[in-house]
Amino acid sequence: MLDQLAGHPHADAEVNRALSADDKVALLRQMVRIRRFEEASLKYYNAGKMGGFLHLYIGQESVAVGSISLCGENDHIITAYRDHGHALAVGMGMDECMAELYGKRTGCSKGKGGSMHFFAPDKNFWGGHGIVAGQTPLGLGLAYGLKYKGIKGAALCYLGDGAVNQGAFHESLNLAELWDLPVVYVIENNGYSMGTSQERSSAFQNCLAQRGDAYGIEWDVGKGHDLYEVRAKTQVALERAHGECRPTILEFDTYRYQGHSVADANAKKYRTPEEIEHYKQNYDPINVWKNQLAAEGILDEGVYKELDTEAKEEAKASVDFAENSPYPNPSELTDDVYWEVDEGTEAGKTGRHFFHD
Amino acid sequence: MPQMLYRNALNRALDEELARDENVVIIGEEVAEYNGAYKVTEGLWKKWGDKRVVDAPISEAGFIGMGIGASMLGVRPVMELMFFSFAYVAFDQMVNNAACVRYMSGGLINAPIVVRGPANGGTNVGATHSHTPENIFANVPGLKVVCPATAYDAYGLMKSAIRDNDPVYFMENTLLYGDPAAGSEIPEAEFTVPIGVAEVKREGSDVSLIAHGRSVIVALQAAEQLREEKGVSAEVVDLRSIRPLDEETVLASVAKTNRAVLVDENKPFCGVSAQIAATIQEKAFDDLDAPVLRVTSVDAPAMYSPPVEKEQIPNVRRVVERVMQLG
Repeated sequence: MLDQLAGHPHADAEVNRALSADDKVALLRQMVRIRRFEEASLKYYNAGKMGGFLHLYIGQESVAVGSISLCGENDHIITAYRDHGHALAVGMGMDECMAELYGKRTGCSKGKGGSMHFFAPDKNFWGGHGIVAGQTPLGLGLAYGLKYKGIKGAALCYLGDGAVNQGAFHESLNLAELWDLPVVYVIENNGYSMGTSQERSSAFQNCLAQRGDAYGIEWDVGKGHDLYEVRAKTQVALERAHGECRPTILEFDTYRYQGHSVADANAKKYRTPEEIEHYKQNYDPINVWKNQLAAEGILDEGVYKELDTEAKEEAKASVDFAENSPYPNPSELTDDVYWEVDEGTEAGKTGRHFFHD
Repeated sequence: MPQMLYRNALNRALDEELARDENVVIIGEEVAEYNGAYKVTEGLWKKWGDKRVVDAPISEAGFIGMGIGASMLGVRPVMELMFFSFAYVAFDQMVNNAACVRYMSGGLINAPIVVRGPANGGTNVGATHSHTPENIFANVPGLKVVCPATAYDAYGLMKSAIRDNDPVYFMENTLLYGDPAAGSEIPEAEFTVPIGVAEVKREGSDVSLIAHGRSVIVALQAAEQLREEKGVSAEVVDLRSIRPLDEETVLASVAKTNRAVLVDENKPFCGVSAQIAATIQEKAFDDLDAPVLRVTSVDAPAMYSPPVEKEQIPNVRRVVERVMQLG
């Protein structure tokens, strides 16, 4: 057993020891579902079925799945534009997500948000935000709201390594520490802010999370491909948020296989094929976890094939759902702009709200 | 009934809303222990304490964005910008997040936040502190923008803004805070002024002066001078709310007077008055006996030099001259 866990020093963390065999397979299933969903979205994006950008999470699945697996009913989640993985991890369905990519009325945002803007507040998921680091003050606000209302919870706010140099993030860190807010900033460090490597974009000593020292914020860094490690370190941060109402910065090293977005014309120029292949071969989070579960004797190839087939079928069914869904009607353009208008309140009927012809 | 100043009317509205709804929280620079840079929040921290009235560091993108995030969870933050000009360092939060989050979520989320503060020139603080961004924010669907000119409207609109379930950007004026001309008699019983309803502040028959914010006070003074010195009867329409906009009151006034002069502290290019002019020409063309004219700020960054800045923003002399140009 010890040999099997040699590559997973956090397997013995309490939060991981509490996992049943079924729980562990469920985590694998979540990662595989995200991977197959995104592979399907890539296929149909390339077939011209979708507009705009498609920022794929492939290669990073263990970070969202591992950390979100720890969230309770009063923990809230918010991320940037690479949001498909987080959306599925919080429990959003493939159908509503795929339909959103297709710009269909049945999409999670009725076709009004697109790939970068998935939301499910009923699942404590607050997006899906397109501007780099723009979500970091919002995540702080979720934490503020929890504390203000006396709710014991946390806000998990994800950001990429490219977001750490935005002022909004630094302002958020200052406020998080100043006001003791239960926010966990999770830097998903895939090494590149679009086409610019960490070394060419960020001043840092040992890691990006270490910037927390400047604010007196506890921080930690870990291997993002290792579900046990993601869970163990996230749990420490969540306990700090829940128990002490204090912030944390976590940084998980990870890697994206695709370009910044599918429209990233230079995706194969700023990284060598060898670098990408090295990660795939050695650190692919699904393979690492799958091998781990095999080593623990709780997964055989047959079970994996079954859940993989199910995920592919679910993804294909979501494509069919999206294909067969209607587009929004242009008359719906001005719905969902103002709450008061949508609800037909007196305030919503007073004065002219829209100024087109 | 005694006159209440604009600043004190706002203070009363904030105090009453803090009492009415425990989710209302005031956050801003110097709003608590300092009592407000312009004393709008004077006494509220002492009365309501640290939880309800919160001093923020100078970090507008951070704390405004934080307030937007908290509002998504049902907190109702009333955020003070010491100057509304500082909105420009929080612009991403105020536009991309507050205004768009409802739309991008397909209507699943709303952000019931108020951002308030003075948005005016005329105080010799130079270009950076003298912006009037009501036109800029009113250009953004999802936002509401109000610019009260009097203490009565400031009180009533603030209560409506805090109770509104959409983001409301509430633009005040440092020159009105203590100006007796903007003071009002305010009944003891609470009331609200609905957002999206203009008001005829002075009846007249020869020309409609259509204005918002402090320009309403200027227009009222100009109307008096026009009556006394020129024998011209000017009606003054106070927009009060920029978005949503009460077009009916504007059009009814133009139908009555057949002439319109728009008084607007915005810069002229795409200023609020440009929208009003477009509305009038589209919907009241046949009512007009003369072109729609405007008095706006002179089209340059805000001047520091005190006597010259008085000429840059709308003033009584410029309004009277423009009205007389109508012939």
